[in-house]
Amino acid sequence: MHMMYFTEQPMAAYDSQAGLDYGATALTFSNKHFDPNEGSRLYNEYLEEYVLAEECGVDGIMLNEHHNAPFCMQARTNMFAAILAAATKRVKIVILGNPLPLTENPVQLAEELAMIDMISKGRLVSGFVRGGGQEQLANGVNPAYNRERFMEAHDLVQKTWTVPGPFRWEGTHYQQRVVNPWAIPMQKPYPRVWIPGVLSKETIIWTAQQRYPYIALNTSIEATKAIRETYNQAARDVGYEAGSENFGYLIRVHVQDTEEKALQNARQFMWMQGEFTGLANPVWANPAGYFSPSGRRAFVEFSVGRTTNPRGRMTFEEQVASTMIIAGTPDQVIERLKYLVQHTRPGIMAVWANDGCVSKEDRRRCIQLLCGEVMPAVKAYATSLGLKDPWEANAPVHLRYSTDIPTAKVAAE
Amino acid sequence: MSLNWTETTHDIAGLKLHMARAGQGSPVLVLHHDTGTPDRLPFYDSLAANYDVLIPHHPGWGKSQRPEWMRSPRDIAALYAWLLADLGLSAVSLIGLGFGGWIAGEMASQAPTAYRKLVVVAPMGIKPPEGDIADQAIVSYIDYPRSGFHTQDAFQAIYGDVSTDQLEAWDIAREMSFRTAWKPYMCNQTLPHLLGGVRAPALVIWGDDDRIVPISAAEAWAAALPHAKTETIAACGHFAEMEKPAETAALCTAFIA
Repeated sequence: MHMMYFTEQPMAAYDSQAGLDYGATALTFSNKHFDPNEGSRLYNEYLEEYVLAEECGVDGIMLNEHHNAPFCMQARTNMFAAILAAATKRVKIVILGNPLPLTENPVQLAEELAMIDMISKGRLVSGFVRGGGQEQLANGVNPAYNRERFMEAHDLVQKTWTVPGPFRWEGTHYQQRVVNPWAIPMQKPYPRVWIPGVLSKETIIWTAQQRYPYIALNTSIEATKAIRETYNQAARDVGYEAGSENFGYLIRVHVQDTEEKALQNARQFMWMQGEFTGLANPVWANPAGYFSPSGRRAFVEFSVGRTTNPRGRMTFEEQVASTMIIAGTPDQVIERLKYLVQHTRPGIMAVWANDGCVSKEDRRRCIQLLCGEVMPAVKAYATSLGLKDPWEANAPVHLRYSTDIPTAKVAAE
Repeated sequence: MSLNWTETTHDIAGLKLHMARAGQGSPVLVLHHDTGTPDRLPFYDSLAANYDVLIPHHPGWGKSQRPEWMRSPRDIAALYAWLLADLGLSAVSLIGLGFGGWIAGEMASQAPTAYRKLVVVAPMGIKPPEGDIADQAIVSYIDYPRSGFHTQDAFQAIYGDVSTDQLEAWDIAREMSFRTAWKPYMCNQTLPHLLGGVRAPALVIWGDDDRIVPISAAEAWAAALPHAKTETIAACGHFAEMEKPAETAALCTAFIA
């Protein structure tokens, strides 16, 4: 099993009361509440903590990006990935992911990722996402073409990485007349691509069709099982049987030497009032055209306050009870994670360990216990269950490189 | 006089286009807002008392089929020119409401001699010299149309407590607005340069309390159109035909006569 460390890189040093007074902590919540001196301190602390995680034995560092909000300071995931490519030696640098629809130039994105792959000496995992609705609005990108842009940008990046240039791309959303970047990835045929997601069925099916691992972002055990069923069926439809190497799971975990302290810090997972992406108008998270039309009716009712969030909104205690947040001493956390692994059977596990206003000292202690004690035990348990990550399973990077599907092999040639 | 509204479907550009029609006399094509339109309005009845009134649903809005390929109101304009040709109508007058006013402007700019009279009511389509066109993407489905009324009583009279069907229709309308007018938002930078050829007399109507399209844009429209006059309706928001139907209809009817 591949286990990685994740944090949203919270801009914890803002006046949370100002967010409550304004009624939103996303998109239009003014950046006058951002303090760049505190930002400088936090960026550097977070970088030091990634290096610490490597020293303590973690397999990978997971990175992401968000915009116009205090819950995540990372505005360009490739920037931290590039820094970590030089500042670390061993860990995988796992970008989950670059929001493809936000780019106007997928070729340059492919070029940047190739540079990260080379500088890190082949340690890049290049995930891609659609990006949340707020990310489209924060970047002026049309949400109604989000999925089309995601698909087309992916295909252009994939071609840029695998087909010698120069070639021409005359697509619907992207047109580039001379595609011939000199930076191409070190890993062949190209760096592994993992796709994180929450609930969109279309994305799960597309991911299975590519044979990319799907990383479920802190979904309930039941929802995770449903995701796997959807993925498994889509995989069978294109001719392969999905295994643990096709599934990842992100879980919020906080570890300390005492249960009391762990629980106290774990409450910081609720620092955005329990919303991952901060308090927001529902139409920011789901602008018209962004969401699946099948969910339209339920969404419009929720958006004007006539129904509760279809995704639910659980209290901290409910989330701890249902294993959506795990907090405790190393032994307690290992036991809960084993339970989770037993029921979700992933080959990849991302641990979101620090959020909100956890002190620097406690963040570092959490990383030490997590990477040094918890992860080895969970990995040993996963091995005993036969759960392999994509490297252990020698999984193809994409369906077209499958050796167990005769037609796919022909297609790749 | 009782009006007999008929509803028909027309095959245009591979799409099923919905249209309501009533009245007799000189033909008038009414182009609705970005938020779509209720099927019946007192404003429509007032027009139909004097004219042959045609009210299509924009492609992708209301009961008209969505064109996946459509990218701008200029495409919608071409589609309506096609519809009028199929109907065998000439010397048609255009009344464009808000977003529909932008479409009317595109139609007139593409065929300077084709239309008899042009009325635009608080049209989008030209970047206002002062202020910005309100961004519907960051407000709720109800708050956006609400902001287009000077008084909430007028909003309530039309939409009541807002049904779920209406919310869904607004979401679909919003999606079509994004698909056709996302960037630059709700305007065409070339349109003001192309309206100068329009031969039809034009009337630019604006509510004096328009919080969706700043009234500063009225000057830009009047400057771009060679034969234009401007009228302002007092105590009126963006949706003049719904908030002040009698005044708006009287101005349109007198002008088109």
